[in-house]
Amino acid sequence: MSFLLACPNCGPRDVNEFHCQGEVTIRPKASPSRRELSEYLYFRRNVAGVQREWWYHRMGCEAWFLAERDTRTNEVLSTELPE
Amino acid sequence: MKDIFRVRRMWRPRSELKPRYDVVIVGGGTHGLATAYYLAKNHGITNVAVLEKSYIGSGAAGRNTTIIRANYRTPEGAEFYKKSVELYEELGADLDFNLLFSQQGHLTLAHSDRGIITATERAEVNQLLGIDSRVIGRDEIRELCPEMDLSDDVTWPVMAALYHPRGGIIRHDAVVWGYARGVDRRGIEIHPYTEVTGIDRENGRVTGVQTNRGPISCGTVISATAGWSTLVCDLADVPLPITTHILQAFVTEPMKPFLDVIIVSSQMHVYISQTDRGEFLIGAEIEPYTTYRGTSTFPFLEFAARHTLELFPQLERVKVLRQWTGLCDVSPDYSPILGKTEVEGFHVSAGWGTYGFKAAPIVGTTLAELVATGDTPALIQPFELERFYTDTLVSEVAAAAVSH
Repeated sequence: MSFLLACPNCGPRDVNEFHCQGEVTIRPKASPSRRELSEYLYFRRNVAGVQREWWYHRMGCEAWFLAERDTRTNEVLSTELPE
Repeated sequence: MKDIFRVRRMWRPRSELKPRYDVVIVGGGTHGLATAYYLAKNHGITNVAVLEKSYIGSGAAGRNTTIIRANYRTPEGAEFYKKSVELYEELGADLDFNLLFSQQGHLTLAHSDRGIITATERAEVNQLLGIDSRVIGRDEIRELCPEMDLSDDVTWPVMAALYHPRGGIIRHDAVVWGYARGVDRRGIEIHPYTEVTGIDRENGRVTGVQTNRGPISCGTVISATAGWSTLVCDLADVPLPITTHILQAFVTEPMKPFLDVIIVSSQMHVYISQTDRGEFLIGAEIEPYTTYRGTSTFPFLEFAARHTLELFPQLERVKVLRQWTGLCDVSPDYSPILGKTEVEGFHVSAGWGTYGFKAAPIVGTTLAELVATGDTPALIQPFELERFYTDTLVSEVAAAAVSH
């Protein structure tokens, strides 16, 4: 089954209204080495568990927000606008 | 007479794990079993265990849409899959098992100028490598598939197609069983319901694995675990550039055969074939969010059915028989990750996204060669994990992101 995601502006909506940008990654330091930059660009933790990730409400308020979701169950634990 | 009714096992149940194997293969799907098979057949390495956390062929091996083809976009990819198709053509005889391989032809539809350009690019690359693949117009499409709606009065009229005559479908379970039987006959042990819980290392080298049935010592570990690759590679502290997504498919009730080519539309995110049983087998693209939850979704069924009806409106009243889901390990460039990692003796077959099944024989032969000789075969050098650190990606998005 699909699941619902609570947009911080619009409330609970169908997941198909949103674009998922994937897990939150840590930006590398200024002038990173090629390896550090590659790690940032391509490598992902891809956890089976609670993951903090970016979502975009493309068919709604067009806001970017953060969600905590359990990738094993698709249960969305919380959503919030970025600071 | 009595012999006819004797229950024949395809492979033997094994009671105990041995304390040591030369090679441990994690994952009892097509890739793991093929690697074991060619280790024994081509290199005489038989002190091998295939460990599977569930039943044999329970993952992507039993959930794919069984399409075999070689018409990829990059020279690296096309050459690799060409070898795989050639091995599949010989596989039934090699395994002495009927795999019901039907090379009925594969059509990738183009619905736009951009689509025709992509198809032409693929045809050019394919032809240079000796792969039978060409762009055909609507007349020829109509001859190959008269049942498809080729009118202009639709959302996405068919303008041309990339035609790959040697593309086909095969019985995927038979591939698993045939390999498993071949592996077992050559003395390699298959251990279902054996989950790897740790990978032991010393000085950057693999020394063994921990399982839910006890420890094993070994010199080489191969992970062939598709959607679970990240979790297995985490055990060896090998980071991967992949995310896990679900891919879904469904079949309709069986019907009189009327479609004997495979139809793919990247534009409409759908691929369609009719199985030997008469069922229409329909798949689409991965869900855009990462997840390990293998539950089917209703929106997928809705979208895939709608797009199928654009091409085959006569299926309007046909009932859906069943729908299922598998986990896919998607890499950033839609090419696989094959071979060595930074841990010595730990090799991977990962990043297979939605196209792993069609590569099983060539993965098996090349990984077996890597284990036996210690050198990465030239055919899979472009697919090393290292490419993500050196930024030398092999972008197969044009031919693998949606189409099958």
